[in-house]
Amino acid sequence: MANKSILVVGGGISGLTTALEAAEVGCEVYLVEKNPYLGGRVAQLHQYFPKLCPPNCGLEINFRRLRKNPRIKLFTCAEVEKISGRKGDFDVTVKLNPRYIKAQCTACGDCMAVCPAERVNDFNYGLDTTKAAYLPHPFAFPLRYVIDRRACPDGCAKCVEACKYNVVDLAMAPETVNLKVGAVVYATGWQPYDAAKIGYYGFGRAKNVITNVMLERLAVPNGPTEGKIVRPSDGRQPGTIAFVQCAGSRDENHQAYCSQICCLATLKQITYIREKNPDAKIYVFYIDIRALGKYEDFYTKVAQDENVVFIKGKVGEITADPATGDLILETENQEAGKTVTQTVNLVVLATGMKPSALEAPVPSELAAADAGGFVVSDIAGTGVGGAGCARKPMEVSASVRDATAAALKAIQATVGGGK
Amino acid sequence: MTKKQAVYICSGCGIGEALDLAALTKVANKEFKIQDVKEHPFLCGPEGVALIKQDVEAGFNALTIAACSDRVCYDVFNFGPVIVERVPLRERVAWVQEPGHEDTNMMAEDYVRMGLTRIKAAEVPEPYVAENPSKTILVVGSGLAGLTAAWEAAKADYDVVLVEKSAKLGGWAEQAYKMPPTKEPYTDLEENPVPALAKALADHPKVKVYKDAVMEQIAGGPGVFDAKIKQGGTVVDERVGAVVLAAGSRPYDPKKLGYLGYGKPNVVTQSDVEALAVSGDLKNVKRVAFIQCAGSRDADHLPYCSAACCVETLKQAAYLKEFNPEAQAYIFYKDIRATGKYEYFYKAVQQTGAVFIKTEIPGVAVSEDGGKLAVAGKDLILGEEVKIGGLDLVVLANGMQSNAGFGEEIAAQAEEEAAAAKEEEMVQADQIIKSDLLNLAYRQGPEMPALKYGFPDSHFICFPYETRRTGIYAAGTVRATMQIPTAIEDGTGAALKAIQCVEAVIRGEAVHPRAGDTSYPEFFMQRCTQCKRCTEECPFGAINEDEKANPLPERTRCRRCGTCMGACPERIISFKDFSVPMIGGMGKAIEVPEEDEEKPRVLIFACENDVIPALDMAGISRLQFSAWVRVIPLRCLGSLNLIWISDAMSGGFDGVMLLGCKHGDEYQCHFVKGSELAEIRLSKVAETLDRLALESERCRMHQISVMDYFRIPQLIGDFVKRLDELGPNPMKGF
Repeated sequence: MANKSILVVGGGISGLTTALEAAEVGCEVYLVEKNPYLGGRVAQLHQYFPKLCPPNCGLEINFRRLRKNPRIKLFTCAEVEKISGRKGDFDVTVKLNPRYIKAQCTACGDCMAVCPAERVNDFNYGLDTTKAAYLPHPFAFPLRYVIDRRACPDGCAKCVEACKYNVVDLAMAPETVNLKVGAVVYATGWQPYDAAKIGYYGFGRAKNVITNVMLERLAVPNGPTEGKIVRPSDGRQPGTIAFVQCAGSRDENHQAYCSQICCLATLKQITYIREKNPDAKIYVFYIDIRALGKYEDFYTKVAQDENVVFIKGKVGEITADPATGDLILETENQEAGKTVTQTVNLVVLATGMKPSALEAPVPSELAAADAGGFVVSDIAGTGVGGAGCARKPMEVSASVRDATAAALKAIQATVGGGK
Repeated sequence: MTKKQAVYICSGCGIGEALDLAALTKVANKEFKIQDVKEHPFLCGPEGVALIKQDVEAGFNALTIAACSDRVCYDVFNFGPVIVERVPLRERVAWVQEPGHEDTNMMAEDYVRMGLTRIKAAEVPEPYVAENPSKTILVVGSGLAGLTAAWEAAKADYDVVLVEKSAKLGGWAEQAYKMPPTKEPYTDLEENPVPALAKALADHPKVKVYKDAVMEQIAGGPGVFDAKIKQGGTVVDERVGAVVLAAGSRPYDPKKLGYLGYGKPNVVTQSDVEALAVSGDLKNVKRVAFIQCAGSRDADHLPYCSAACCVETLKQAAYLKEFNPEAQAYIFYKDIRATGKYEYFYKAVQQTGAVFIKTEIPGVAVSEDGGKLAVAGKDLILGEEVKIGGLDLVVLANGMQSNAGFGEEIAAQAEEEAAAAKEEEMVQADQIIKSDLLNLAYRQGPEMPALKYGFPDSHFICFPYETRRTGIYAAGTVRATMQIPTAIEDGTGAALKAIQCVEAVIRGEAVHPRAGDTSYPEFFMQRCTQCKRCTEECPFGAINEDEKANPLPERTRCRRCGTCMGACPERIISFKDFSVPMIGGMGKAIEVPEEDEEKPRVLIFACENDVIPALDMAGISRLQFSAWVRVIPLRCLGSLNLIWISDAMSGGFDGVMLLGCKHGDEYQCHFVKGSELAEIRLSKVAETLDRLALESERCRMHQISVMDYFRIPQLIGDFVKRLDELGPNPMKGF
């Protein structure tokens, strides 16, 4: 008899969807998320294209589904260490990393109030800091604090003393949980491609070269700048902005594939900037604008804006003017057939996606990955496979569709003895 | 059920410091005659939970927990089949009001009153399980998406009925010579999987195939759909549980592409090339030009991108070389949309020597060239005019149109006329095109509502299978233009949703977004006046009508939003745990101070999907706002019944505020039209208020999103300020 339960690894939009869709059929599901909260990459976005609606709206519906569904067992701060066995009969080892705050945390915030230490806020891509005892963000689910022990001063126990509910445990040790499941879906999503690897674009050296994911955090009203899109160097609103498409994508020296989402993400981010600054002038350097299907309408809408100029051509090099903080782009303008120089106040690199599984592969002999690290094995066939951006680059709505399909594949893997 | 009530008040998280809990206990004791009231400093901790569990074991079955929002501690405060009412003292009062202030405590007391009023009226819903439900999945259309949906559902052990209008399974894809790559290394053409899949399905014991067949009618609802399948002269009845609409698309009519040379000899479509390849005649073809976006991305033809044509052209350019290694392809394009891993395929085709010319389309000219063809256009990369002559074939990549988009449009006009006759503002009717695909026996019309360009797509990014007809899921190119791997994923996903729907129906539960809800609307028909508001306003077409205009609710179609309950002027529609008297009672339970006390009261009705989380975030962020407001959450603002507003105004409230989701073209309401309907209803109340000499400004609506939480204090503040200028409600004390 095959084990009917399903393990979903990754609690972003894809994993959350696979877990919920399978659980709403009636399956028992384990959902394992490495962060202290669910929502993954989309929780860090300001808006979705093309509707320009907040991701938390859909996440709330999903969290509500999760709260109502007794068939999902959720683990946060958790990582899968080992998967053995075969389709229909897997043994899985899950490591629970210490949150240093017990499950009974009420989220009252007293620990944060007394915490003397700061840490870099990875949720905001390092654009600001939080206390070492922190709530990842106000919409965090589950709503519980976390302690970043690496940031704690030696011997400090202020949070322990402050907590009225006795839920801080600075000595919390990792735990191991063993699960028996019939199928495993990897929905571990993506990381932004490391822009520093594209040396000639100056990221990391030139302060006003930022990435598209950072721009999301600048645009979000509860982000590090309270929604003001400003230059990191001087906090001023940029008047001219260049978007560099395919930064690290469609490039044999970096990632050869197209990351699928960056064209639309840029179009969306143009609307953020234009909404806040009616005079902003925007240049988009691109190879092809890949606005598939009905997304074409969104492209048409943005392209009608006279302040937005699309230039077919690859940006060669970006250098910063030390006096002004401005950036000088050496680019080819293919349509004009010449090399041009463009000076702007801010550069946004449309960096693509690198599958998280490239650095953290599926710990199973049955799983297969392609050269880029995407998990390509068939869930129904082997019992272990990928969904969403762990499988190939795709946008949110495609990820949800794929994750829904993955739920059925996982169910099939557990049907009839997992034959 | 006889209720045995207990009340628990948590003093943790600052509640005890902010509020006088003895006064709250007194409300329960004196006003509600509940003596079992317990305070605890950490109610969600092990000891607090044990305390409640003990009471449940002792027979208490209606528990009011005055602590935090029900969006947290949902798991610890779950005590099985008892009624639990959560009073969010923490987020709604203690964290957003001045601690220890008289007004803060009055607010908390009111929330306790509201909770106790609600639990008094609440009953445990009993699931409705339809008689003789079926788990069979009906798939309409057998193209790639339909075949996949049928195959994947059967693989998961569900029975499938597959209906195909032609004599052959496979749809458009069946005639394809080869398929573009769908797997690593994304450079190799693949055999067309359709013939093998069609055969496997025809032989599958769980699949019943009807060819040369169409849907004459689909009546009933999820779990109990009665499908009439017309095959030749006979009609077969099948009871099915859910439907996958996979009726595909058709190529854009090339006759409309005269401006790209269609009509000239050897100017052909992508389908024609497949036929040439299948017949082998392609080996006689040496020089071929492909013109992309033929009719697509063109405001005069198809404004959208047809998604599949770039990769299809790459495929045809690739196999052209297989037939004839000397052959040369020229591809005139605007953008090559070989997304994701198709980039590898694009690169592979470039390496075969195919020439890509970025140009304006329309803008290229196709002419005859001494028995051959020529294509001329501006090469945007070289910046000069180019002309490619001596062509054997010009292929127009002619895009696709949903099969759901063809047919006469219904509803819109009739509804407009009806609205004009009634002189009432109404929400825009759904666009329903009589495409003859499903022939639903639904009051709202026989097909799925179209979203745009005739595609019955989902409006939601997060929920691509969210359709406005419960239990019917569109998949493949009928729903949106898409590439081949996407159609396969889409068919699989739709099969899952269909399976999920039949399982939910059998458990007596709602499907998305109120998955698991076992309540449903009950109609007290003796008082129905046949006004048709419920049947017209139900966003999901869940209520049919008989010839006398009596509503005939199809329970399994219902999504439990309560829009019907809000619409009903006779207030005959109720859920066991959500009703007009229950919510009205909560409003009436609030103490409205006399005018001379100078403590205005504002009642807020708030959508629980977006606004309640926003209010919780305001709490978590400790944003302070006016102490005059009291918030009542609603399933959807569409469930707002006007009696609540008139009762509030006549009860002395100084103002009423509605907070709901964004509406309009980019609506965020998960029940489609709820917040828009509420706003329309509010406009009607304004007239009534004006007649009563009450300023219509006393009622106001705001559309806010979950991320607008930081705006809430200001919105409330502005409203309270305006009410202050208007002065107290003169109805106070009457």
